[in-house]
Amino acid sequence: MANKTDSNTYTVLFAIGMVLVVGSLLAFSASVFNPQISLNKKLEKQQNILFSMGINEATLTNDEADVNTFVPAKEVTGIFKKYIKEQLVIEGDKVTPDSLAYLIDLKKETEKAKDPNYQRKLPVFIGEKDNEKFYIIPVRGAGLWDAIWGYIALSEDLRTVKGAYFDHKGETPGLGANIKEPYFYNDFKGEELFDGDQFKGITVAKGNADPKNLDKSDHEVDAIAGATITGNGVTAMIKKDLAMYLPFFNSLKNRVN
Amino acid sequence: MAEVAEQEEKVKVPKEPLFSKKNRKLITDPLTDNNPITIQVLGICSALAITAQLKASIVMAVSVLFVLGVGNVVISLMRNIIPSKIRIIVQLIVVASLVIIVDLVLKAFAYELSKELSVFIGLIITNCIIMGRFEAFALGNGPWKSFLDGIGNAAGYGLILVIVGFFRELLGSGTLLGIPVLGDPIEKTGLYAFGYENNGFMLLSPMALIVVGLIIWVQRSRNKALIED
Repeated sequence: MANKTDSNTYTVLFAIGMVLVVGSLLAFSASVFNPQISLNKKLEKQQNILFSMGINEATLTNDEADVNTFVPAKEVTGIFKKYIKEQLVIEGDKVTPDSLAYLIDLKKETEKAKDPNYQRKLPVFIGEKDNEKFYIIPVRGAGLWDAIWGYIALSEDLRTVKGAYFDHKGETPGLGANIKEPYFYNDFKGEELFDGDQFKGITVAKGNADPKNLDKSDHEVDAIAGATITGNGVTAMIKKDLAMYLPFFNSLKNRVN
Repeated sequence: MAEVAEQEEKVKVPKEPLFSKKNRKLITDPLTDNNPITIQVLGICSALAITAQLKASIVMAVSVLFVLGVGNVVISLMRNIIPSKIRIIVQLIVVASLVIIVDLVLKAFAYELSKELSVFIGLIITNCIIMGRFEAFALGNGPWKSFLDGIGNAAGYGLILVIVGFFRELLGSGTLLGIPVLGDPIEKTGLYAFGYENNGFMLLSPMALIVVGLIIWVQRSRNKALIED
């Protein structure tokens, strides 16, 4: 046995056989599971968008303990239709309604936007809850290890953050991964984005003098200890991605005026 | 149990009870005198990386328990046909495909859970404890013994992870499993009212190394036989 498995021919044949078996096994399972996986991802986007504007399990159950749970995936499509009144795609000066705007892949858009001739598609979701209007903007950036993304719900005057939700692909558990914990994203609630007419964004600040986050006009939230790079990524992603929407915000304000 | 029958048929060993003394030792040894982290020095990297919180430590421990248990059996079943020249690559492929398939299944049927686990996937594949046990044990032993060895070593690994995670979360954040146990550091209640402060250094990887070092110290001072020259 030992002699046989040591020969070069056997080694090469084994390698080829192994690659064929494992390759087809992985390809097969990927194609079997993919429809279900992409459906899950689609529903999750809807859950995230609703969550950022404050629609969660507690909206359905009226139980305070459920505020940090998404609405159930099975019911999310109906709830999404009920609360998200409009989905818009901004392309330069053109704004078109598109009921599938939430499926726009920000990663692909960022890639395509490297070509200066490409007009980037910017999705915006308009939600309404208890007669209050929210503008929800998706953001995407880079953390320490991999992509981070999130949804920022803005007030009707587009100056104040009403809610935020962040997620990540591979930040360090216990450190950077905590951007998806309530104590972090809830700090964004009520923060001002503008200083006068100047767009400031929101900085995830280390050692700021306001750990309880009482000052909502300092454009700062308290950082996570041991997760500086992830925090900087959140800061950069909010500044960069929201800045792309400024012309749209201005056009909305002008229309109101 | 079919595995045992198969193994006995193949190797023609005299009948050995399923949980003989020798087999039990496969599970208990890695928990104490042959611990993968403190004695074999396997799996240190992940022990440093993800023990800032107790919950992450537990999730990692359970994931490794599963992958090492199943992986050891698969490698053990293949041990007589794996060409020795490329055995490391074969081991790597086995563990990587196992983890990917589990990840796909979870993503399709337990999406919430898979989101919790996603960051651990890469850490499991590169965890040297897995390759280490494949190489040191599963390549030379039958499936049932390999399974016990996998479970035992993963449990020993998980035990250290949980101990380190417990102290790092308690002293670093003042919480356990995310629940504040020492009071509120901002409102200055509980222990914090007496001037206690969380040690932010505990959240950084070097402190994990120091905690593991302390465990090694305690363990060797209790059992002098473990001290090398």
